[in-house]
Formats: sequence, C-alpha cells, structure tokens
Amino acid sequence: MTTGPIVRIEGLTKRFGPIVAVDRVDLEIARGELFALLGGSGCGKTTLLRMLAGFETPDEGRLFIDGQDMTNVPPYRRPVNMMFQSYALFPHMDVAANVGYGLRRDGVKAPEIADRVAEILELVRLQDHAKRKPSQLSGGQRQRVALARALVKRPKILLLDEPLAALDRKLREATRFEMVRLQEQLGLTFVMVTHDQEEAMSMATRLAVMNAGRIAQIGTPHEVYERPASRFVADFIGIANILDLPGGGWLALRPEKITLAARRPDLPLAVSGKIVDVAYEGDRSLYHVATNTHGTMIVSTANTSRAAGEGFARGQPVWLGWSEGAGQRLEA
Amino acid sequence: MRGRARFALSMLAFGYAFLYLPIALVIVYSFNESRLVTVWSGFSLKWWRALFANEAMLEAAWLSLRIALVSATGAALIGLAAGYALVRAPRFPGRTLFGSLVIAPMVMPEVVMGISMLLLFVGSEQLFGGPDRGFLTIAIAHTTFSIAFVAIVVQARLTDFDRALEEAAMDLGATPWVTFRTITLPLIAPAVGSGWLLAFTLSLDDLILTQFVAGAQSQTLPMRVYSSVRLGVDPQINVLATIVVTIAACALILSGWLTRRKV
Amino acid sequence: MRFVIGLPFLWLGVFFLLPCLLVLAIALGTNAPDSVPPVELGFSFKSFALLFSDDLYLAAWLSSIRIAATSTLVALLLGYPMAYAIARTAPNRRPLLLMLVVLPFWTSFLIRIYAWMGLLADNGLIEQFLRWTGLASNPGTILGTEWAVHLGIVYAYLPFMVLPLYATLEKLDDSLLEAAADLGARPLAAFLTVTLPLSLPGIVAGCLLVFIPAVGEFVIPDLLGGTGTLMIGKVLWDEFFTNGDWPLASAVAVCLLVLLVGPIAIFQRNQARSLERRA
Repeated sequence: MTTGPIVRIEGLTKRFGPIVAVDRVDLEIARGELFALLGGSGCGKTTLLRMLAGFETPDEGRLFIDGQDMTNVPPYRRPVNMMFQSYALFPHMDVAANVGYGLRRDGVKAPEIADRVAEILELVRLQDHAKRKPSQLSGGQRQRVALARALVKRPKILLLDEPLAALDRKLREATRFEMVRLQEQLGLTFVMVTHDQEEAMSMATRLAVMNAGRIAQIGTPHEVYERPASRFVADFIGIANILDLPGGGWLALRPEKITLAARRPDLPLAVSGKIVDVAYEGDRSLYHVATNTHGTMIVSTANTSRAAGEGFARGQPVWLGWSEGAGQRLEA
Repeated sequence: MRGRARFALSMLAFGYAFLYLPIALVIVYSFNESRLVTVWSGFSLKWWRALFANEAMLEAAWLSLRIALVSATGAALIGLAAGYALVRAPRFPGRTLFGSLVIAPMVMPEVVMGISMLLLFVGSEQLFGGPDRGFLTIAIAHTTFSIAFVAIVVQARLTDFDRALEEAAMDLGATPWVTFRTITLPLIAPAVGSGWLLAFTLSLDDLILTQFVAGAQSQTLPMRVYSSVRLGVDPQINVLATIVVTIAACALILSGWLTRRKV
Repeated sequence: MRFVIGLPFLWLGVFFLLPCLLVLAIALGTNAPDSVPPVELGFSFKSFALLFSDDLYLAAWLSSIRIAATSTLVALLLGYPMAYAIARTAPNRRPLLLMLVVLPFWTSFLIRIYAWMGLLADNGLIEQFLRWTGLASNPGTILGTEWAVHLGIVYAYLPFMVLPLYATLEKLDDSLLEAAADLGARPLAAFLTVTLPLSLPGIVAGCLLVFIPAVGEFVIPDLLGGTGTLMIGKVLWDEFFTNGDWPLASAVAVCLLVLLVGPIAIFQRNQARSLERRA
C-alpha cells in the first residue's frame, strides 16, 4: 500500500439543498505533496476538505485514502487529521491535554502519550507552555498547538483549513516558511484550503484552482500562473490583460511581461496609448494605459532604483510592446 | 446626557429600595419580641425557637427538600436532552410540536397546569389505581414544569457552542458518545448546573401546582406557609423568610460563580 | 439521538399535553357532585355557557386583564430605567447589580408577598409613613384593595421585566449613539430613534413575561386583594376547591389558555428569533 496516490477522488459530488457545493470532482494527490485547494468563497474547497476529513458525506462518487475506500467512513476512523481555521482548541483543557487528546482516544499508554506530546511540543517550540490553557496563549501559539495536536497522531494526511487566516500579516509570512519546513522534515502529505493565492503559490507543490464546485485547473504554481487553462484562472490568479484574438479566443498577458516605453519598442507586437492611472506599490508600479486597439491595459514596472520621478506621469503618451509567446492563448 | 444618566441611576436606587426594603423589614421583624409586625417591642429570638420547635413546619421543609432534589435532577436530565435536541436535531417528525411542548410549561398559567395535572392523576387513579397522590405526583409535576427552564439555558449555551470543537474531537478519533462526554458535556455543564439550581428553587417555592396535585396526606413547606399566612401575619414566617433569603443569596453566589467559570 | 428526542417528547406528551386535553374533556362534561370524581363525562357546553352568561365571570376576566396590563406598564416604566442604568455602568460592576435584581426572584414568591402583608396592614409601616409625610391624612387600609394587588404584581415580576430589557440594552453598540449625535440628534432624539427601537425585542419579552403570569395570578389577589378584587385565577381556584365544580374550573382554564395563546405565541416567536440571531 505504499505505492499509488495517497488520495484518489472519483466523481465526488456534494449538494446542500438546491446548491451543488462540489460537482463531480476527480483528483489525485501524491505522497509527500503540499497540495493547496484555492478559490473564492463558496467555490467548494472547504466542502471538499471536509469530505476528506469525513465531516460531510458525499452524495455521489468515491474517495480513497492510501488505496482504501473511505467514502462512508466516519471521521474518527480515518487516518487523517485536521487543523481547523478557528483552531478549535478545547478551552477546558491545557495545551498538553489538547495535544494528547487524540492519543488518549487511541488507547495509547500514559507514559507514551507524555513522551509523544513533549516531543511534538518541542517541534513547534511550545515545550514551556504545556500547562497553559488556550485562553492564555497568543494567536501564533494557538496556531502551533492546533498544528501539534493534528500532527501528534502521525496522520497519513494533514488537512489544513485556512491555516494562516487568523494570523496577522507579518506572522503569516514567517509561518508560511515554517510550515513548509515542517512538511518537508516530516515527509507528510499536507492538503490545505486557502482563499489567499499568494499563500497557495508560495507554499504548495501543486494546487487546484476551484470555481463553482469544479476544479478549473490543477498544476504547479508556475504552470497555473504562466499557463492558465481558462479565462477564469487567468483572471483569478494575479492580474491578466485579456486581449481578443483575431479569429476567436483570447490572449492572457501578465502586466510584467509587457514593456513600457516612451517610443515604439523594438518588439514584434506593439500598441500606443496614454497613461490614465498610476498606482505606486513600493516594489513595483502599476500603470493603467488606455490603448486605441485593446482598451485599457495594465502594465507593471519593477522599481529597481530609489530615484523619484523616474516613472511615467498620468496623461503621458506611451508605447506598449511584448514578444510572441509572452502571453497564453485561451480558447473560447 | 448627564441628566438622563442621573435619572436612570436614581430610578435604579429606587428600584433596589423597592425590591429590598420589604425583605429587610421581614428579616428585622423576625427578631421582634411582639407578635405584631407593626410594632417593634424589643429584640428576641423567641420566634426562632418557636420555628425550630414547630414539628409540622420542619416535616414540611424536609418533604419539600426531598421533592426539590428529585425533581431538579429529573428536570436537569430531561431538560438537557430537550435543549440538545432543539439545537442539534433541526429536522424530525413533530419538531414544531416538540418545540412548543418544551417551552409551553414555562408560560402556562400555573392554575391551568395545576388543574390539568390533577385531572391526569385522578384519571390514572381511576384506570390503574395509582399512583397515590403525594411525593411522587408532586415530584412529577415539578419536573414537568421545570424542564423548560433547564432546556432554555442549555439551548442558549449550545447555540453559542463552536461546532468545530466537536468536529476536532471526532477528527482526533473520538466517537460521537466520547465526544459528548469529553467535550460537549464539560463545556455546557455550567448551564446544566444553573438550570438544576433554578429547577430546585422553583420546586422548593411552588405552591399552586403542589396544592392541586398533593394528596390529603402531604404538606410541603409553601403549603404550610400559605395556610398560616392566610390567617394573618405570623412571626415564625419572618424567621423562615430570613433563612430562605440567606440560602437564596448563597445559592445565587454559587451559581454566579459557576457561570463565570465559563471559558 | 432517538433517545434524546424521545425522552422529553414522551415525558411532556404524557404529563403536559395529555393533561391539557383532559382539561378540555372535563370542561365539556357536567358537574356531578355526588360521584367521585365529581364529573360526568359528556359533550356539553353548559359550563362555557355559564361562563359567558354570568356577569361575575365577565367582570373577573376584564379586571384580570386590566390589572395585569396596568401592572405590566408600571413594571416597564420602573424596569426600563433600571435596566438602562445597569447597562450603562462599568462592565465589571454589572454582574453584581444584576444579581441584586435576580436575588429576590430566588427567594420564595410566597414570602415576598407575605412581606407586603405586614407593610400594608392596618396601621402598617406604609400607612404610618403616609400619615407622617402628610401625603394622606387618613389613607385607610391599603391591604385588600386593588392598589395592593398592583403593587404585589409589580414587586413580584419586576425581575422578569428588567432581565430581558438589560439583555437587549447591554448589546447596544455605543457607537450607534455617537453616530446619532454626530448626525445631529439631541440625547432625547437619539434615545427615541435609536435606543428605544433597538430595545423593542426586550420590551416585548419583558412585558409578556409579566403580563402572562399576572393574568392567571392567584396568590397575590388572594393574599393582598380583598373580596372585591376579582381575578380569574382566583375564580378558578374557588370553583375547584371551594365549590368542587370541576367542569366549570376546567372551562375557566380553557378560556384562560385561549386568551393567552396570542401573547404566548408572540413570546415564543420573539424567543426563537433572538436565539437565531445569536446562532
């Protein structure tokens, strides 16, 4: 049972009354992946995760974990554990009791529980907080307790529901790297739900972009960004200029793939226009350029020098240029 | 703004005076020498001695306590089940009827409930020859009417309850029953506890329902107090009032402590 | 889950629903003073007819509703400022103030009414006080009048008024009042246009919690009222215990329920809605 995908999903469907939350989804996740389910609210990503955990029963389709059919197995008999968005730490138990809860349910002997709890708390650097109650911890510490509690049972898959959403921005970025490090160190499969594309892109080995209960595209972050499979994915991930192509279809063109110049650039494709808006973002600037042929396009430039007034001003006539293959062709 | 705040505060002071002056006077006059509550004739403990020598009153108090213990425990169990079902079972046949049945005893006029329960016990006596009216019938009546109070507190607590806690427990390998025992119950225990205390107090205090369903043999404390008070003011009742107020204050502090312990 | 639903369902079905149906059945029977129990089952509206034809019963209905309504209004006028003042004090002092409101409710109802018997009695402290202040030179006995009944109801049920009012006033966001003031509302206008409408659910709940039990009240009119105070709860009691007319008492009970079905339904809807809002 050590070969083959750790998760195999076939035609999984879940309805809530008239709403189809998850619609005939097929998916395979390989061992040791950090897989992200990415999408806006109501796209079905959380329902899919909850079906993996066993909190929702699918209406149709099958779900295999490590080759075993888990479609109708209750959550307490599945070899997966979940880290909840709210962390769901038991408020009446201290940190050690929270982390040891799952081991007690499995009938592990008390001395072994103590050892394993101590070990995992050290891994998340909370060994000094074992006797604290959840209410006495900071947000970041709570997140690490939730992580430790889900990891201590050595699940075949760790499910993470918006693992970083409750943290503030600075802490969120540091924690991203820490979680990737932990995942590589333990060699576990992580399946993570997030609405934050930056998070999914920077952490995941592969990700699935979901829309209206279906998977719009599966691929590495690079594939999804550079070669979006549909208009939806191109629009959803990052910024894209969607240009009509003669003879049907579209071209998705990322703002940083476009050259912005005062004169016509020496590129096979070029259009002229006028700057209508400038957004200075520190590391880069975004220019909205009204073109004669393609409507308003967005172009970004990297601010590599500190000199002020280097960019272009509003109202200035400019040229935009890009090479063949800079964009992705999309079929109608 | 200032004027309004001052008005509200003086109304608050007046309200507290209104609530507590009569009680305070009852307590003071329990130490009065005279039989009349209109005249203070000196400090005396004679009414305290008289009450503690009053066999009938003590016997009634003992009966009331036993009934309150039994009915509060029954109401806590059934009310816990009812409150749980109301929150956790959104759909089942007869759900609307169930919801009304749980709440209705709380708002039903006591005289109506009293007469209806008596008719039930009379009917069952005719048909099955029992139960004899007394301890059992009073306990059943009190349980029935206290269920609503426990169910409401449990329902409120469960509505605020984070379901993810139970899901987390199941995710970590706890079966539904173990989840209830180790997560849900400890977290709603304060609500059940204060519901129990409420049911206990209501039972101890009930007169009307009891008067209907008690047989000729059983006399609870409120029944004794009522028959004594009907004839006019009795300083022994002042003594009893002092004891009751003291116990109630202690119980309330205990229940406040239980609720404040919520996490 | 089946047990969790079944146990309360069965208990309340047998000990609450069934008795209610029995009351209806008995109300349709006829009085039979010589048998045990003194009822002959049947299908007769004699008791109901008697209720509606005798002026005494009609007067009892009307005065029950009138007394309950005025007492509810007085309790609201006293309870609202109290709840408001508690909700405006520092949060750490609120539990104590609330506890002081609730405490009397945890002591015996009977004993609290008894407390007023002494105060209102002939030459009691209230009478002495009125004479001493000169508010009334010869007030006469208050005990045994409708005044005393009103006083007793307000006194007994004031906590029921304050608690739901406090619950809604406490949730009121201060910034709403600031926004109203910022938009030009004077304090009174802000109160009338923001605080009062937002506390309406509490007002409804409080009024119903006072009105519903007050209509069927027995102890208060019995102990504080006189022979002239007619209230329907007392009528029911007397018909049952004194006259032994079970069908008539049952008919009174049925009518009392019908009268209160409206307010009870409003109360339940109010209650359900506030729970939903919390969910």
